[in-house]
Amino acid sequence: MNIDLSRRGFLRLAGAGVAATSLGAMGFGEAEAAEAAQVRAFKLATTTEARNTCPYCSVACGIILYSKGDVSAGETAELLHIEGDADHPTNRGTLCPKGAALKDFVHAPSRLTHPRIRKPGSDRFEEITWDEALDKIARALKDDRDANFIATNDAGVPVNRWTTTGFLAASATTNETAWLTYKTVRSMGIVGFDNQARV
Amino acid sequence: MTNSWTDIKNTDLVIVMGGNAAEAHPCGFKWVTEAKAHRGAKLIVVDPRYTRTASVADYYAPIRPGSDIAFLMGVIRWCIENDKVQWDYVRNYTNASFLVREDFGWSDGLFTGYDEEKRDFNKESWDYQKGDDGFVLTDPTLQDPRCVWNMLKAHVDVYTPEFVENITGTPRDKFLTVCQMIGECSAPDRTMTSMYALGWTQHSKGAQNIRGMAMLQLILGNIGVRGGGMNALRGHSNIQGLTDIGLMSNLIPGYLNIPTEKETDWQTYLSTRTFTPLRPGQTSYWQNYPKFMVSFLKAMWGDAATAENDWAYEYLPKLDVPAYDLLRMVELMNHDKVNLYFCQGFNPLLSAPDRGKVTRGLSRLKMLVVMDPLATETAHFWENHGAHNDVDPAQIQTEVLELPTTCFAEDEGALVNSGRWLQWHWPGATPPGEAKHDTWIMAQIWLRVRELYRQEGGAFPDPILNLAWNYADPGEPMPEELAREMNGRALADLTDPATGATVLRAGQQVSSFGQLRDDGTTMAGCWIYAGSWTEDGNMMARRDNSDPDDVGMFLNWSFAWPANRRILYNRASADLEGNPWDPSRPLISWNGERWQGYDVPDIPPTAPPGEVGPFIMNQEGVSRLFSRGLMRDGPFPTHMEPFESPMANVFNARMRGNPVARMFETDAARLGTSDEFPFVATSYRLTEHFHYWTKHNPVNAALQPEFFVEISEELAAERGITKGGRVRVWSKRGEVWAKAVVTKRIRPMTCGGKPVHVVGIPLHWGFMGSARKGWGPNSLTPFVGDANVDTPEFKAFLVNIEPAAEEPVA
Repeated sequence: MNIDLSRRGFLRLAGAGVAATSLGAMGFGEAEAAEAAQVRAFKLATTTEARNTCPYCSVACGIILYSKGDVSAGETAELLHIEGDADHPTNRGTLCPKGAALKDFVHAPSRLTHPRIRKPGSDRFEEITWDEALDKIARALKDDRDANFIATNDAGVPVNRWTTTGFLAASATTNETAWLTYKTVRSMGIVGFDNQARV
Repeated sequence: MTNSWTDIKNTDLVIVMGGNAAEAHPCGFKWVTEAKAHRGAKLIVVDPRYTRTASVADYYAPIRPGSDIAFLMGVIRWCIENDKVQWDYVRNYTNASFLVREDFGWSDGLFTGYDEEKRDFNKESWDYQKGDDGFVLTDPTLQDPRCVWNMLKAHVDVYTPEFVENITGTPRDKFLTVCQMIGECSAPDRTMTSMYALGWTQHSKGAQNIRGMAMLQLILGNIGVRGGGMNALRGHSNIQGLTDIGLMSNLIPGYLNIPTEKETDWQTYLSTRTFTPLRPGQTSYWQNYPKFMVSFLKAMWGDAATAENDWAYEYLPKLDVPAYDLLRMVELMNHDKVNLYFCQGFNPLLSAPDRGKVTRGLSRLKMLVVMDPLATETAHFWENHGAHNDVDPAQIQTEVLELPTTCFAEDEGALVNSGRWLQWHWPGATPPGEAKHDTWIMAQIWLRVRELYRQEGGAFPDPILNLAWNYADPGEPMPEELAREMNGRALADLTDPATGATVLRAGQQVSSFGQLRDDGTTMAGCWIYAGSWTEDGNMMARRDNSDPDDVGMFLNWSFAWPANRRILYNRASADLEGNPWDPSRPLISWNGERWQGYDVPDIPPTAPPGEVGPFIMNQEGVSRLFSRGLMRDGPFPTHMEPFESPMANVFNARMRGNPVARMFETDAARLGTSDEFPFVATSYRLTEHFHYWTKHNPVNAALQPEFFVEISEELAAERGITKGGRVRVWSKRGEVWAKAVVTKRIRPMTCGGKPVHVVGIPLHWGFMGSARKGWGPNSLTPFVGDANVDTPEFKAFLVNIEPAAEEPVA
């Protein structure tokens, strides 16, 4: 099947058509309207849909995100519901106990919302601005690289490696994040570079 | 995966060994159910535990953790002895007929060339005999005693059913039943698929476990065919992508390599990567290495990479050790040789082995930067959580920065599933609070570093100052811009050398890696992704789920690397004449002029059958039953015990673990023996949780709220442990407290004449999030990894267990 219109989209359009024609045809306009006012609208009908994939295992099940607000239109969007994507060849709409609870992962109470710093010897995190945090990190990188960069080995061969700073990348990020991370980490000569594929 | 999730429906026999797909990959496992229901396929599970995958299997056999190679070599021996071999495939598509050097051999559990002091082999003898023409000598009759087939027969001869039973604990009758079921798939019209995961990789000889099954699949003729293959189920959602893009110490995107310091210049680097064919007329596709490498260097450094400066080869770091992997970095931290460490969505406090050593290492850093959507244990490693994280913050001088990132629901881009499908996804939510995209964070850090170098100068600033950074908003490169860079584009007008016709105009996206050049006229960040974002647009975003004749290929859904191919080595699905081995299950075939069918052919489309071998990436043109010196621990898999084992290696009692696995001095002293730690432990996942993430989700935390360990009724009786009672489990390196689940799902085995008890340790608890506080298995596991890739040995180690007081003792 070559679907231009998703199954859900089709059902929604079909449902709207039936409602519109039956109201007029039956001649009970007023009563029907009163009845319709009492029926709660389909909860997801007013949401924006986005196609995504489950972030957990590498089966990569297709999922549909339902949000109030449209991110692609630059609006603030609040995630209301996640379900399996029936059009997806692998999972055909099904989800496992992890995927079925995904919305509550996005809204987990321990999601981070502000940059924080824990100072040496301290027993707590304190909030810090992004600019302060990024400046601090850049300064630390520059100083450590300048102090410990190995330009040549004992034989005088250029080796351009930096071993005193390391970077663990995330194998749940996108390819695009991975490529940008690769470029920046490698350009500095960092060799202590790894991701979860190792473990 | 060589194949894909949806292809599993095409199989006749599924063997799950080294994995537990029903629980860890539930929606992918649906395709096993599909094959069982609609094809009459059978399912075999070989596992130390009677898992949920085992519960729906047609046949289950137990196995001692860490003894898989003995099992697999035993199956190969049985297949050879009982003539369960796909002979046409073995003769023509493997190196069975290649002659091996006279000085190669094996004795006392070791191949020739072992150097005990260096813990390494001199691999010179692990090679073929070559003729004066430079090509390998072969004996197509397979009579020569030095041909790979006869060497393999001799190598597996010791693995009799009796020997296998003694080592693996698998009862002989069960082992033989499994052999018979597998042997049936040697028929050209029957296929078996192998589904494995970390149950095979997390061993000190993990790569050899997988090779063992790959060899068996070749002997059965099951590679390249529908319903066959070696299918790594893989862990995280983009673990395939991160590996493809080479985010590892020694990798360059597309499985190219970071040079070693012995490769002092560009020509030396290329000289070991010429990949000339070892047999006449073979493709040896890696001959194109320079095209991919130059295109990568152009993607990195743009106009600063020129023919005159060898494409900025000097800018690349050169390694003095095989890799600065996670384990080596933790070791270096413990020696005060690391100052700054970044964890981008990685929680090493719970995922690296020997947690005590990780804590000590992190405590010696100057700065730790954690980028994550969640409050991880690693970011809080300095915080006291009683017995669950018994540290004194005042003693830890590490400065920690915790940066909030977006998660999948707020991100756009591609993830690569285990079937190599690059699937684009779109955001549906606004990031919470001040959380930022990783791309923004990386760009912001890097721009600041570049600015400091511009202002102050410093150590070799050239690779930083010259890094290509042509983004509309330099402060936040867009996913589309980055994806287009990885795909690659022409930097000048490209003409076809044969016809002179223009192939691509300067600036146009390449449509395949065949268009990449080694003269600086193309760039591509990751050559295997060429074709993913072409002049026709984003191929990864394609959502046409049509599947002609229901073969399970879905060629117009997303994009699969390489070249949108869904089954690797698919030329091997057809016989020497180009006809499908199984006419009822065709994949591609030769129509007299070209290869055509349901998949993108894995061979030049007009290469006539019978000339070019199906394994075009190999210098041999065929697959390898004997892998020469390509792996550190042997050209054939040989039985090795885990570093912590209840029994000595029967080949060589002096040999501990993998004889060439890297072992740091202080860690060797932290290995336990079976006198003190009599029980074998193994780690695993539960279906309700994903690693250390879902304990942050109140729903999953409620489904599986509390850390437990799983033991047999026999072990419980022996140690006086009650169902649901609290136990203490300890190893040479640490201790944990848990609820005891006493179960029939784990049974004692008999190995070397002694009973072996297994303790199962699930891995989902820590001291952050919504679930009850607990521990992970890494509080107990040894700091040693696989000899080839240093994946830690989480799946077989020694512990002791005893009943404990109700509350944990600090």
